[in-house]
Amino acid sequence: MQARIHITLKPEVLDPQGKAVLHALGGLGFGGIEDVRQGKTIDITLAETDRSVAEQDLIRMCETLLTNTVIENYEIEIDGI
Amino acid sequence: MTQPPPNNSAENTDRPDDLMGLSDGEYDAAVSSLGRTPNFTELGIFSVMWSEHCSYKSSKKWLKTLPVDGPQVICGPGENAGVVDIGDGRAAIFKMESHNHPSFIAPYQGAATGVGGIMRDVFTMGARPVANLNALRFGAPDHPRTRHIISGVVAGIGGYGNCMGVPTVGGEVNFHPSYNGNPLVNAMTVGIAPADRIFYSSAAGVDAPVVYVGSKTGRDGIHGATMASAEFDDDAEAKRPTVQVGDPFTEKLLLEACLELMATDAIIAIQDMGAAGLTSSSVEMASKGGVGFAINLDLVPRRETGMTAYDLMLSESQERMLMVLKPGREAEAQAIFEKWELDFAVIGRTDDSGHLRLSIGGELAADIPVAPLVDKAPEYDRPWTATPARPHIAPEDIDPPGVTPDLASCLLRLIGSPDACSRRWVWEQYDSMVMADTLSGPGGDAAVVRIHGTGSALAMTTDCTPRYVVADPETGGAQAVVEAWRNLTAVGATPLAITNNLNFGNPERPEIMGQLVGAVTGISAACKALDFPVVSGNVSLYNETVSGETGLAEAILPTPVIGAIGLIEASIKPLGLAICQPGLSLFVLGGPPPTNSGWLGASLFLRDIAEREDGAPPPLDLVNERRTGDFVRAEIAAKHITSCHDISDGGLLVAVAEMAMAGKVGAELAPPIDPEAGRQWPWAWAFGEDQGRYIVTVRDATKFEAAAKEANVSTWKLGKTGGDALTLFEEKLISLSDLVRAHETWFPALMDGETSQEH
Repeated sequence: MQARIHITLKPEVLDPQGKAVLHALGGLGFGGIEDVRQGKTIDITLAETDRSVAEQDLIRMCETLLTNTVIENYEIEIDGI
Repeated sequence: MTQPPPNNSAENTDRPDDLMGLSDGEYDAAVSSLGRTPNFTELGIFSVMWSEHCSYKSSKKWLKTLPVDGPQVICGPGENAGVVDIGDGRAAIFKMESHNHPSFIAPYQGAATGVGGIMRDVFTMGARPVANLNALRFGAPDHPRTRHIISGVVAGIGGYGNCMGVPTVGGEVNFHPSYNGNPLVNAMTVGIAPADRIFYSSAAGVDAPVVYVGSKTGRDGIHGATMASAEFDDDAEAKRPTVQVGDPFTEKLLLEACLELMATDAIIAIQDMGAAGLTSSSVEMASKGGVGFAINLDLVPRRETGMTAYDLMLSESQERMLMVLKPGREAEAQAIFEKWELDFAVIGRTDDSGHLRLSIGGELAADIPVAPLVDKAPEYDRPWTATPARPHIAPEDIDPPGVTPDLASCLLRLIGSPDACSRRWVWEQYDSMVMADTLSGPGGDAAVVRIHGTGSALAMTTDCTPRYVVADPETGGAQAVVEAWRNLTAVGATPLAITNNLNFGNPERPEIMGQLVGAVTGISAACKALDFPVVSGNVSLYNETVSGETGLAEAILPTPVIGAIGLIEASIKPLGLAICQPGLSLFVLGGPPPTNSGWLGASLFLRDIAEREDGAPPPLDLVNERRTGDFVRAEIAAKHITSCHDISDGGLLVAVAEMAMAGKVGAELAPPIDPEAGRQWPWAWAFGEDQGRYIVTVRDATKFEAAAKEANVSTWKLGKTGGDALTLFEEKLISLSDLVRAHETWFPALMDGETSQEH
C-alpha cells in the first residue's frame, strides 16, 4: 500500500522559506505572485493491506515523529486518495 | 471616532465566563478603571497587561528592594534592557529573558525566538548585539523527553544566533529531574552603543506618527485565551499555535534598518513588540510619555485575512517594532525600511487624550485610559513561608561513597557527571567567533569579547547553583551573584552590573513565594556588598508540572539566574584558567583553607557520589569575598598571576583538573592537610565547596605570598605545575588523558541516541 503525507505549516505560522521563495521569484521577474507557502511530502510504502489499519498507523506516525503538530498540519493520502 | 466601543456580544454587560486569566478582583479593578465593562478586545488587553509576565504582580514588592544604582549605571530596570557606562564614550546594554514554556512545547522555535526576542530588546535601545549567552536547565538525562528538548533547544539557539551573525560565547547547562516537564531557557544578549545615543521607549509630543516596522502580523503566539473564543471560523484546524516561528534573516534586516535610522535624529521613542505584542509596546510607550495613542488597526501590515482587533493586539509575531517618530520624518524612515525590504506603516498618532484608542473597519474597537493599565496593575503581597534551615553535614556523617571511595575514581565520576562534564557538544554547535572579537569563548570562567575600536574588552557570564538555592534561598541567591562576580574577576575584569532571570514555581504557594523572597533578599545583600547593581531582569513564575504519579504539582528547583558583565581595561591582559606551563606555583586563595572539614552539604559530590540531596549549602563571607576578589584583580593587573580559576561545583580537585585539562599540563599537589586525617575523609578537602576561593598559578611564589599577606588575603600553597598527571603527595592520582576522556565522553554519549524528532 502506497501512502503519501503532505505536511504544511499551519496558516498562522510564519513561513520564512516560503517568503524567501516569494522574494526570489520576484527577483527573477515573475510578477503577480501574492504569497508562497512551502511544505513537504513524505512517501511511505506499507506492507499493511487493510486501509483503515494503515490509516491509523500513519496518523500515529505523523503525531509522534513526522510532524510537529504545534506548528504543522498534515494530510494523509493512501493509494492516491 | 465618537461612538462608544461596540459591545461584541449580548452578554457583555455581565461578567464573562472566561476572564482570560484575570481573577475576579482584577476584573472588578478593570471595570472600575474603565468605568464600564470591557469588551472582548479590551479584556484581552487588561489580561495581558496585568499578567504576571508584564506586571510582575507577585514579585514587584520584592524586586523594589534590589540595588539599582551606581556611578556606572546609565539606565536601570524598567526599560527594554539595562545600560552601563564602559568608558571610551560607549555603553554596554544587556538583559536576560526566559523562554521556558515555548521551549518545552516546541524546543527549536521556542529557544530560537527566545534568542531573537532578547536581541531585539538590546538593539531597540540603540546597541549592536555583540554576544549571546544561554543558561539552560534540562530534566533528568534518562527522562524520555530530555534528549529531544536538548537537541531542539541547542539547534534553535545556534540557528538564530548564527544567522544573525552574533556569537554565542557562554552560558551554562544543568540537569535535574525537577526540570523534566519544565526546562529553562534563559537567553542573554550583550550589546554596545555610543553612550550619548541610547534610545528609550517614552513617547512624547502630540500628533507624532506611530510607526510599525518589521515583519507582518499573523495569528501566531496569540494568548491562550483565544483558543476558547468563539470568534474564529469553525474549521478543522487543531489548536492555534501559541508558539511563534522566528525568522532570523528578517531580524538581521530589522537590526540594520533600526541602527541606520538611529544614526539620524528622527526617532522619539522605540520599543520592540515582544510578549503581548502591539498591546504592551503601545501601552508602555504611551504610559511612559504620558500621552495617548490613536491607532487604526486597518493599517497594520498582516499576513492573514480576517484578523480581529483582538488578534492584532495580542499576536506575538516576531521581528516587529513600534516607533514614535518626529513629525515630518516619516518619508526618510520609510526609505530606510523599504531599502531593507521591511514593512513600514504609519498606523496612528499620539494625542493628549491619555487613552489608547483602537479602531478597525471604521469602528472604535477599544478605548482604554492608559495610566490605570500600568499604575493600577495589581500588586500582591503574597503570603510566604521561609524555607526551613537544613542541618550542617559534617564530613564524618557521610558514609564512604560507594564501593570505590578513592579520590581518583570520585574525581573521574564527577568530572564526567552531567553537571560537571564538558559542554563541548553544546557550544560547538554555536558560532562563538563570528564578528572576530571573541578573545575567550565558551569553557572558561567568563567569556571575553573585545570592544571594537578600543583596547578594552567586556567579560560576561551567567551563574546559578539551584542546589544551594533550594537548600537555603537566601544563601543560594547571594551565591549566584557572588559566583558571577568571581567568574568576572578570574579573567581580570572589573565587575560592572548584573541582570537577573528569576525562575520559580507557583508564587501562590507560600513555600515557593518564600523561595522567591529568600533569593531576592540574598541577591540584594550580595549586590550591595559588592557594589554590583541590578540593571535589568525578568521573572518567570509558575514553572511547575503535575506529576503523573502523584497528581501533585511539582515545582522546578528555584533558579535565580544571574547574568553579569565586567570591563577589562586596555592595560590588562585577560586571563584564562589553563595552566600554561610547568614549574609554576599553585595557590589556593581566599575562603577557609582546604582541610579535612571542607563543606560538603548541598555539594555536587554529595548529590552525585554519595547520592544525597541534603545539608545546608556553604556559607558566604561577603567582606572576605570582596577583599579576595579585589586582590585577585590587582594581581592580574600587575601580571603576577598566569592563570586563575574560581573553585565552584565539585570543589578544589575538580577545579585543578579543569585547569590541567585546559592547559594540557599536570600538577603535583601537596595541600596543607594533615595527611593522616586527610586519608580518613579525603573527599572533604578534595570536593568540599567552601566559597570565596580561587586557584591561581604564579611565577614568583615568595612575592605573591608577601602581597597576599599585605592585602590580608589568606593563601595556601597547593603544589606546582608539571607532568602529564595529577599527583598527590608524590603518588600518581590520575593521568590527564584519563581525565580528558571522562570529561569529554558523557555529553556526546547522551546525545548519540538522538536520531528522531529533530523538528
